[in-house]
Amino acid sequence: MKFWRLPLDSEVHSIPHGTVRIIENRCKGCGFCIEFCPNGCLKQSKRFNAKGYHPPEVVSYAEDCADCGLCSLICPEFAIFTQLDEAKKITESDILKVSTRYSRKDKRYVKS
Amino acid sequence: MRVRCRKLQPFNKEAADDVIQKDHGLHPDDKYLKPGRIPHIWCPGCGLGVVLTTFIEAIRRKGLPVDKCAVVSGIGCTGRVAGYLDMDTYHTTHGRAIPFATGLALAKPDTSVTVFSGDGDLFAIGGNHLIHAARRNVNIKVICVNNFNFGMTGGQAAPTTPLEAKTSTTPTGNAEAPFNLPAVAHAAGAVYVARWTTFHPRQLVHSISQSLDKKGFTFIEAIAPCPTGFGRPNKLGSGLEEMRFYRENSEIRNGIDPGLAEIKLRGKIVVGTFSDVDRPDFLENYQNNVVSKVLSKGDKPGKGRAA
Repeated sequence: MKFWRLPLDSEVHSIPHGTVRIIENRCKGCGFCIEFCPNGCLKQSKRFNAKGYHPPEVVSYAEDCADCGLCSLICPEFAIFTQLDEAKKITESDILKVSTRYSRKDKRYVKS
Repeated sequence: MRVRCRKLQPFNKEAADDVIQKDHGLHPDDKYLKPGRIPHIWCPGCGLGVVLTTFIEAIRRKGLPVDKCAVVSGIGCTGRVAGYLDMDTYHTTHGRAIPFATGLALAKPDTSVTVFSGDGDLFAIGGNHLIHAARRNVNIKVICVNNFNFGMTGGQAAPTTPLEAKTSTTPTGNAEAPFNLPAVAHAAGAVYVARWTTFHPRQLVHSISQSLDKKGFTFIEAIAPCPTGFGRPNKLGSGLEEMRFYRENSEIRNGIDPGLAEIKLRGKIVVGTFSDVDRPDFLENYQNNVVSKVLSKGDKPGKGRAA
């Protein structure tokens, strides 16, 4: 799919951009947030927390976090939440990014 | 070859606890939780925390003040919810969460009373209370977390354990057919019946906030993974694998007859909002049929009140 112009209502909408905050010592390492993050922002870290579990950590392309809050809803331990950083205006480059990101060209989303 | 041994440090529980306690207040949900209680005792991979989070999110979305909420819970893993929430909570005797909640809902009609309990508590020992509260249509909201067994006591067979499922008391497979919880609640007269799994947290938030608006007996079943009690004997894997199972095998069918939504071991799980009707609740019926008639009788001279 290709967008050939900015959507007419692009003034009304914005692109939220958030930060993932992790309270590491509460984590019990169930892996729900890592599995179900829609943008794949999290992975299991190699270090241990105070209880001896591997807490999640934010991967290098963390700018994908859209402050959807699914991680804080699905975390059974109250150990992770998101904060809204900024709501960007929609530009031409974002439209291009949307049309390539979920396509097969994007190697991040290819299943190994 | 020289083997160098590192000196063993004894585990300092107090220091580890201090590190964990220091984190209270960092999470936005912490203002609804009692300080010093988190981390909770539920196993890694358990779905009870997800249901608790969705309940807190529903309260926040509705903007309900904490003084106007009350949570009553029974015994079991789910019963510990009452100990973690920082509001008016009541940890009652086994199976008797609904009678306590009925009294609370009748004495304080402006309070939103939620019963948070497990399948073993609400349907095994407290089954009769549930169907009669649903028949009377008492104004309480029931969230039943179904993990298919008695988790806290060691994974015994419950009235919701599917046929052929292995538990610690049925090592060769369960010979008893399970309850279909939404069908029981619907048949008994609940005005709002829904079922979701912990893989559907957003739908669960939506359902709980809808039920907070309703007047009458609402029933929401939340299917939760139990990796320790139910997953291990049935080879369902960890909590994460059970969540993947829900993702692949749950089927959203809103508005169907809940009798068709039976759960089989490793079968499809039908989820959705099954019924949403309106019916006068118990307090309204009591006012119309008892209180107003008794009061009007007392007004007339010569008739009515004995002595």
